[in-house]
Amino acid sequence: MGRYVARRLLQMIPVFIGTTLLIFLMVHVLPGDPIKALWGDKAADPAQVAVLRHKFGLDLPLWQQYTNYMADLFQGKFGETFGGRQVSDLMAESFPVTIRLALVAFVIEVVLGITLGVFAGLKAGKAVDTAVLIFTLLVISVPVFVLGYIFQTVFATELGWVTPSVQDSEDFTQLILPGAVLGSLSLAYVARLTRTTISENVRSDYMRTALAKGLPRRRIVGVHLLRNSLIPVVTFLGTDIGALMGGAIVTEGIFNVQGIGQQLYRAVSQGEGTTTVGIVTVLVIVFLFTSLIVDLLYAVLDPRIRYA
Amino acid sequence: MRGAKSAKWVTGAIVVAMAATACGGDKSDSGSGLTDGKVDPNGTLVVQTSEPQNPLQPANAKESQGHRVLKSLFSGLVTYEPGTGKIKNINAESVTSSDAKHWTVKLKPGWKFHNGEPVTAKSYVDSWNWSANTKNNQINSQWFSDIEGYDDVHPAEGDPKSDKMSGLKVVSDTEFTIALKSKVSYFNYKLGYSVWYPLPDAFFKNPKEYGQKPVGNGPYKFESWDHNDKIVVKRFDGYQGPDKAKNGGITFKNYTTADAAYNDLRSNNLDWIEQIPDTSLTNYKQDLGDRAITNEYSAIQDVAFAFYTDQWKSIDPKVLTGLSMAIDRDTITKTTLHGSRVPATSFVAKGVIGYQANSCGEACTFNPEKAKQYIKDGGGVPGNKISIQYNADQPHKTWVDAVCNSIRKSTGIECVGDSKPNFKADLDQREKKQVKSMYRSGWVLDYPVNANFLRDLYGSKADGNQGAYENKEFDELAAKADQANTLDETVKLYQEAEKTLAKKLPVIPLWYYATNAGQSTKVYGKMPYGQDGDPILTDVQVKQK
Repeated sequence: MGRYVARRLLQMIPVFIGTTLLIFLMVHVLPGDPIKALWGDKAADPAQVAVLRHKFGLDLPLWQQYTNYMADLFQGKFGETFGGRQVSDLMAESFPVTIRLALVAFVIEVVLGITLGVFAGLKAGKAVDTAVLIFTLLVISVPVFVLGYIFQTVFATELGWVTPSVQDSEDFTQLILPGAVLGSLSLAYVARLTRTTISENVRSDYMRTALAKGLPRRRIVGVHLLRNSLIPVVTFLGTDIGALMGGAIVTEGIFNVQGIGQQLYRAVSQGEGTTTVGIVTVLVIVFLFTSLIVDLLYAVLDPRIRYA
Repeated sequence: MRGAKSAKWVTGAIVVAMAATACGGDKSDSGSGLTDGKVDPNGTLVVQTSEPQNPLQPANAKESQGHRVLKSLFSGLVTYEPGTGKIKNINAESVTSSDAKHWTVKLKPGWKFHNGEPVTAKSYVDSWNWSANTKNNQINSQWFSDIEGYDDVHPAEGDPKSDKMSGLKVVSDTEFTIALKSKVSYFNYKLGYSVWYPLPDAFFKNPKEYGQKPVGNGPYKFESWDHNDKIVVKRFDGYQGPDKAKNGGITFKNYTTADAAYNDLRSNNLDWIEQIPDTSLTNYKQDLGDRAITNEYSAIQDVAFAFYTDQWKSIDPKVLTGLSMAIDRDTITKTTLHGSRVPATSFVAKGVIGYQANSCGEACTFNPEKAKQYIKDGGGVPGNKISIQYNADQPHKTWVDAVCNSIRKSTGIECVGDSKPNFKADLDQREKKQVKSMYRSGWVLDYPVNANFLRDLYGSKADGNQGAYENKEFDELAAKADQANTLDETVKLYQEAEKTLAKKLPVIPLWYYATNAGQSTKVYGKMPYGQDGDPILTDVQVKQK
């Protein structure tokens, strides 16, 4: 087990270097000079442009920019934005907001998704099952931003239950609506995945045995059935945490949540390489760690899975 | 849903007030008359902004967001009268010159910064010296380039030789002099911009930290800055200026999308939106009733020719005039742009000193017959095809398509939009002189004098002349205008210079800008606007709850 974890952690290093390099190159390929764009419509001041380019190391060859960036990164320095703020400060402000939003979305998708899935799976072919299937199909087929605007119009503008946009990004209750929108797509997938495995496993031998032993129904479904059926669901949920954080860009825009999605969008559109690479790097780390945790969870769910 | 509801509001303010009570539960549109109720002098406002790009230092705001906050915290020497563009003293007792080259500034005594430091001549001189220095990376540092000794603090290459401009001299606590490199008869007009604000001694100890917690001399005092969320300022009761705040304070709230802001405006969580989102342009007037704001300001939209291309290199100016005449500005501004623009008839925007209507003359009037004739007489458009380059990250596509359609319909010349993914890419093409045919161009005033719209854009060597336009007659007149001793002379000579542009068009003037904005039910009366297209926040009054 320990060796397995160590190996996995070591594997992260090349992945980490590869992704940062790729993003670095991609940002560089974006057309236009981000420094000159600071002047907008008016003519840029060549002397000041030169000073700023030098300050941000943009006058160096690309490989040197990258190695400098990595060297700083290993000392824990994420660099500066064009506006002179530390990228690490920026992330410290925005990541908690997005994590909170992702958490709300995650809880909604896990609780609702699994519950719907279990009900549908146990009643496969019945009316409940059909209703869940239709509902999830609907959610999957509607793009997130459309859903966002519908929710906003219905719950905020028409019913007046909430304010149309989040007034305080620190407040959990205000994040419920955007969280529901953000989690809706995954909710549908979780429900469908759960439904499929439950309806398969419910006919398996061990279920019949458990039933024959006279175990209470709660225990059969809750422990025997659910534990075996959740493996694919957990895989999905694990990778979904990363997706939720990245996917927050659209939702954050609609509900004016000042999270990492907004920062990333701003950084990309302004061509701020350091900020973009910094944020994406952290997102990559989140992805890597969640997938590691998922792999480790397999062993808990199914003791037959063992790691050397 | 919105459409159905909107219909109720068409009949105007009185009906809105009555209907609001009739449909309770509809929180969003429950407006009442603009001047119902009493004014609360301590009421506060929430206005839209987005995160300022840079620390809040006077010379560091190129975008309107940072600029707007700075304007509330600082007061400069002069400001402009809305509508006429004339300057009016704020912190200055007088700004005078006898030869347009040597200027004397006298300050009103008794002014204080928010931290208690007195505002003196030194506060200005130190501020300008610091801001002009390349080492301090101020985006607007080029504004000081008229001053003698600017090249020492801001050399074209290498490190600054000095940290003081030789042209600035402190005479006494309330007086200083400015020596310019050459005559600029409208120099006092430039002084209304935010780069010229004074700075207290405390600033220079740690400019960076200060930029996060600015201390100004203006009508409002800095309270807090929650990055990416909001900036709060409170009225400064010790303020000495004539433009005292008529409200208790302002919260500048960060919105990343105009749609989110618009929704918040409709539910009164936001008191002023800077621009109605495109998606609501068709119905915002119904939604908001008399709370809808349409405000013309001094900015112009053009389509410029890239004269370095084979297409336009040796073109007969008649062809350019023909193309310009082929555009139906009236219809496009009314339909495609929902009345949010005003057809342009000259090269200088309205409200600017020296603005002369119709200086573009025949070229800016729609006449497809004559357009065809002119193009034919001039030998036609090489390749019979033109394109207009624009940046797709802003809503330009619709009007570019409309302009192209108009040209195609009137003259049969093929016209297409040439979209670049973002503004950076668009600028890049312009700068490298790789524009294929024509490009979108525009200008918002820096200061309300016609020279600002002409000198910086159409001189053969002007920085803003990206299309390689050359016009000897214009250059000569502009040079003469720059050498004039008085503002009147300069303005007049520039007016003459503007007339030469009509003969050989550098750009096709399309329309003047107007903002489509809106205010909440909490605002008393209509929000007053300045010439730069921004509301005059100190004059906004808030209703008592």
